[in-house]
Amino acid sequence: MVEVLTGTFTVKAGHAQMLKGGVIMDVVNAEQAKIAEEAGAVAVMALERVPADIRADGGVARMTDPAIICDIMDVVSIPVMAKVRIGHFVEAQILEHLGIDYIDESEVLTPADETHHIWKHDFKVPFVCGCRNLGEALRRISEGAAMIRTKGEAGTGDVVEAVRHMRTVQDAIRKLQNMPDDELVVEARDMQVSLDLLIKTRELGRMPVVNFAAGGVATPADAALMMQLGADGVFVGSGIFKSGDPASRAHAIVQSVTHYQDAAILAEVSKNLGEPMVGISAKSIPDNELLASRSK
Amino acid sequence: MEVGVLAVQGDFAEHIAVLGKLGVKAKEIRLPHQLEMVDGLIIPGGESTTLSRLMSLYNFREPLQQMAKEGRSIWGTCAGMIMLANEITEEDPVPLGIMDIGVQRNAFGRQVDSFEQSLEIQALGPDPFHAIFIRAPLIIRVGEGVKVLCALDEARPVAVQQGNLMATSFHPELTNDHRFHRFFLDLAGKSCSSRNGSV
Repeated sequence: MVEVLTGTFTVKAGHAQMLKGGVIMDVVNAEQAKIAEEAGAVAVMALERVPADIRADGGVARMTDPAIICDIMDVVSIPVMAKVRIGHFVEAQILEHLGIDYIDESEVLTPADETHHIWKHDFKVPFVCGCRNLGEALRRISEGAAMIRTKGEAGTGDVVEAVRHMRTVQDAIRKLQNMPDDELVVEARDMQVSLDLLIKTRELGRMPVVNFAAGGVATPADAALMMQLGADGVFVGSGIFKSGDPASRAHAIVQSVTHYQDAAILAEVSKNLGEPMVGISAKSIPDNELLASRSK
Repeated sequence: MEVGVLAVQGDFAEHIAVLGKLGVKAKEIRLPHQLEMVDGLIIPGGESTTLSRLMSLYNFREPLQQMAKEGRSIWGTCAGMIMLANEITEEDPVPLGIMDIGVQRNAFGRQVDSFEQSLEIQALGPDPFHAIFIRAPLIIRVGEGVKVLCALDEARPVAVQQGNLMATSFHPELTNDHRFHRFFLDLAGKSCSSRNGSV
C-alpha cells in the first residue's frame, strides 16, 4: 500500500505558495464572498465584522459564527479562511472541523491568551499569523505557522504601519545576510528565535514561508507599494467593502498585485473607483488601542 | 530556446527557480505580447478562478491557443492543468480548451485533504516521484491522442501528455526532484527544433 500523507508542513506551506501574487479579501457574508471571487480574489477571509467595524464597536471580538462561515464556504470555490483569537485553540479545533482552508490566528480579534500562541503543529489545517518584525515571524513559524502576514494596523485604511512592518522585516533579513557566522548565536538570542530557523532565513535571503502584507491597504497603489517592498501578496480587510464601489475596487486591486511594477496599468486601474474607505490615521490611535501590539 | 512562466498569479517564482537550477533563465510572462519571445511556457499552480479572470481581462486566451496550435510546448501544473483542459465539471472558471481532457477542480476535497504521495512514473525512470497535491484537480476524461504518464489508479490519471502539451495535478516545482522540469525542457526543445526545421 502506498503511503498517503495529509496535514504535512509541505502541503500547508505549499497552499500559501499557490496564493502568491494574489489578493485575499475580508468578507462578512455570502454575497460579498461572490463579489470577491468574481473580482479574482485568491481566497476570502470569512468574518462577522470587518476590522474597521470591530475597531468602532469595541468590546470583545471573537471567532465568527460557524453558520456564517459555512454559508460562505458553500457559495465560493476559492479557499476560505477564518480568524481565531490568539491562543484560542478550541476556536481553531472548531474551524478545522468545519473544513476551513486556512486559519488566521489574529491580533484583530481580542486575544484569549496574552502569553502563548496556539501550538499549530497539532493541526492538519494550516495557519497564518501576523508579525511586526522578523523575530515575531520566526517565533510563529516555530509554533507551526505555514504563512506569515505583516500586521500593519487593521481597520485604519492607513498603509503606514504595513510599510513599517514590511521594511522592518526586509531590513532584518538584509542585516542577517551580511552578518558573520560568529554573531548568529547572539542574534538568535536577541531575536528570541531558534538558531536553525535564523540560519535557514539567512540562506534563503527571505522569510522561510510565504509572507503577505496586511493592515491598511485601501487602494491599488497601496497594494502595489507593498508588493514592490517585497510582499508575496496582499490581504485587504476593510479597504474593499468599506469603500464606495467594492466590486470595482476589488477588481482593480487584483490587477494592481499582478502588474505591481507597471505604472501604466496601475494608473489605468486606479481611475474612477469612487470613494475609498474613510480611514483613520494610525498615528491618532492611542498606543493601548493598537491591534498590532497585541502579540509578540 | 526561450522558456517562459505565466506570472499572472501563483507559484511562478518556484518554477523559475527550478528552471534556473537546470541552467535555464526563464522569463516572467505578465502580458500576452511577451509570449512571442518564448518556445515553451509553464502555467503554474495558483487559483484557477483568478487565473481565468486575468487571462480574459488581458486577452491571453487566443494567443495561448495559438501557441499550442503552432506546436510550442505548454505545461500546466494544478491550476495550470485546469486552464489547459477542454472542459471542467463546473461552469466557472472557463478553461482554455487546449488539451483534450476533462478536469474536476478540488477533486480530493478541501485543504485538510491535501496530500503527498510517491508515484511510479515510467517516463521519468525507475525511481518513484514524490508528488504534492494541494486542493488538487483530477483528470476525469482522457481524449484520444492523450497519453497517461501517471495515475493514482486506473480511473484517476494525474499526469498526461498530448504531443507538445503536458498537464499534472500535482506540483513538481515544490520538490527537489527536477525530472519533470527536465522532461518538459526536452519536450519544448524537440518542438522548438521541429518547428525551426519545418520553416
